[in-house]
Amino acid sequence: MARKLLLEKANVPGIRGYEVYRREGGYASVEKALKNMTPDQVTDEVKKSGLRGRGGAGFPTGMKWSFLAKPEGVPRYLVCNADESEPGTFKDRYLMEFLPHLLIEGLIVSSYALGSKATYIYIRGEYAWIPDILEQAIAEARAAGFLGKNILGTGFDCEIYVHRGAGAYICGEETALLESLEGKRGNPRIKPPFPAVRGAWDCPTVVNNVETLAAVVPIMNIGGEEYAKIGVGKSTGTKLISACGNINKPGVYEIDMTISVEEFIYSDEYCGGIANGKRLKACIPGGSSVPILPANLLLKTVKGEKRMMNYESLSDGGFPKGSMMGSGGFIVLDEDQCVVKHTLTLARFYRHESCGQCSPCREGTGWMEKILKNIDTGKGKKSDIDLLWDIQRKIEGNTICPLGDAAAWPVAAAIRHFRDEFEWHVDNPQECLVRNYGLAHYADPLEIATPA
Amino acid sequence: MVQFSDEKLKKVNEIVGRYPEGKQKSALLPVLHLAQEEFGGWLSVETMDYVATLLKLEPIEVYEVATFYSMYNLKPVGRYMFEVCQTGPCMLRGSDDIIDYIKKKLGIGVGETTPDGLFTLKTVECLGACGYAPMMQLGKHFREHLTPEKVDQIIEECRRTAAANN
Ligand SMILES: Cc1cc2nc3c(=O)[nH]c(=O)nc-3n(C[C@H](O)[C@H](O)[C@H](O)COP(=O)(O)O)c2cc1C
Ligand code: SF4
Ligand code: FES
Repeated sequence: MARKLLLEKANVPGIRGYEVYRREGGYASVEKALKNMTPDQVTDEVKKSGLRGRGGAGFPTGMKWSFLAKPEGVPRYLVCNADESEPGTFKDRYLMEFLPHLLIEGLIVSSYALGSKATYIYIRGEYAWIPDILEQAIAEARAAGFLGKNILGTGFDCEIYVHRGAGAYICGEETALLESLEGKRGNPRIKPPFPAVRGAWDCPTVVNNVETLAAVVPIMNIGGEEYAKIGVGKSTGTKLISACGNINKPGVYEIDMTISVEEFIYSDEYCGGIANGKRLKACIPGGSSVPILPANLLLKTVKGEKRMMNYESLSDGGFPKGSMMGSGGFIVLDEDQCVVKHTLTLARFYRHESCGQCSPCREGTGWMEKILKNIDTGKGKKSDIDLLWDIQRKIEGNTICPLGDAAAWPVAAAIRHFRDEFEWHVDNPQECLVRNYGLAHYADPLEIATPA
Repeated sequence: MVQFSDEKLKKVNEIVGRYPEGKQKSALLPVLHLAQEEFGGWLSVETMDYVATLLKLEPIEVYEVATFYSMYNLKPVGRYMFEVCQTGPCMLRGSDDIIDYIKKKLGIGVGETTPDGLFTLKTVECLGACGYAPMMQLGKHFREHLTPEKVDQIIEECRRTAAANN
């Protein structure tokens, strides 16, 4: 059994309530930080832990915190990103639903480190029942003296507020999120200035993911150095993976980043293998934006090494031969799934979610959806595949925010690895309506290039 | 006339109080949610103008926000809205079949409302329940691991609640 730092207590009856949570050692990190440490010492501890942002980009959290501008007399804000809308990702929901106090505890310590007296949780609007759970936890924490004025007699004041979004994936992007928090359309801002300098209401702001902020609790409890010993290389600590698609046991798992992808998919502790006794065709290991990989490239890197569930190994091979840890949304496709169709649903998603500010993203996502729809329904031409490739290349890198890239990458990777499946659709316009291309050669062992 | 009750107005004040002094525009999204709940499940121009007055905003500031976010309904909807997710992970677990089943069962297409005004069918993009697919949002909650039998039960349940409340 892997070591659990976040979900260890998830199954303790009553852990959602303050009493049980506290009895199980909850809020010890607040006592430790506020009573015995300076804000900078807390930040140092987070730096030592090697914690990387769990929202998708994997940016070192301690470093991000140290960039926060601290001009005299200007408030600073911490905003918790609970927008969680990347297809395949549902881990933050799990944390908030079942361990709300863990997030609140992490928020208090982090707010202390950053000097945020008003901290906001921006939660996607569709998680409509979760604000009640969070607000209950906030009220309990306040009643116990962990929130409000002069917390634990230390002179530190802090309030936490829940802000509900209203249905827009783009509001997960940190500057769109801040616009939305300010009551505007979720149009990403041009950076710089970065939120660390001018964020919410033009004040210095840190935006962090739910899981990132929850991880601050075990970091404080066991110490940054101890936390950094778990995992491997720059993938320290534990990571929540939300697994879905054609597996036996979809769900949220906490892993330490030393297990292999193969073990994660096939062991009973995690996904429990492919559903209905089928074979693995492909997988998108880090949420819909990251490249899809065929089974052979997923389980082994081009160097022939076992691929591991960590930041470095998942991206081994770069975009042509690897993928990314992303948000930890692990989507598995079995042998009967159609990659063209799946890619079409993602293209539709990005078209739907584009905020429309940049032409390459606004127009390109629409074109990609249309062309993919044609190919999927047997109305495509061979030249469409090249056209798709061309469009995605013209979106990538030419937009205000990374949603453009996020829309381009899944299409690029699908064509790169599954071009024959796209061609088969074009060549068999009737047959592709009634059956799938199948597993083809995607599970064949990798050809290992021998060095010259 | 659109008008919040005193109790709801108190709620509005409490929401405004969460944000820094003078930044009451920040309360717009939560207050629009509240207005939609209170005034028939959608936002009419009258409702939006009312919210603008409450928060001391120009009406256009409210319209541009209401039209941006997918959860605000700008047209009347059925009493029960089935919002079925159709994105990749749900598709892999059969969401297309569920959508077809609901269409047949209710005799409506996507975006339509049954003549009795009870049900609206909508397809939506990933709701963060991919591991419990296929799924839909129904009001405040998610209904997960959908099967045709489960859909039947949900429809029955809605009809019963509607009858009981009439
Ligand atoms: C289109 C888009 C959507 C995003 N959605 C989310 C999200 O739902 N949750 C999240 O934590 N980060 C999301 N991010 C990343 C945030 O911009 C930001 O990097 C993150 O919240 C930082 O937190 P972290 O450093 O703790 O990961 C998204 C980014 C983009 C470009
Ligand atoms: S890349 Fe797309 S989502 Fe991002 S700002 Fe441009 S149009 Fe909006
Ligand atoms: S894809 Fe349907 S909930 Fe995520």
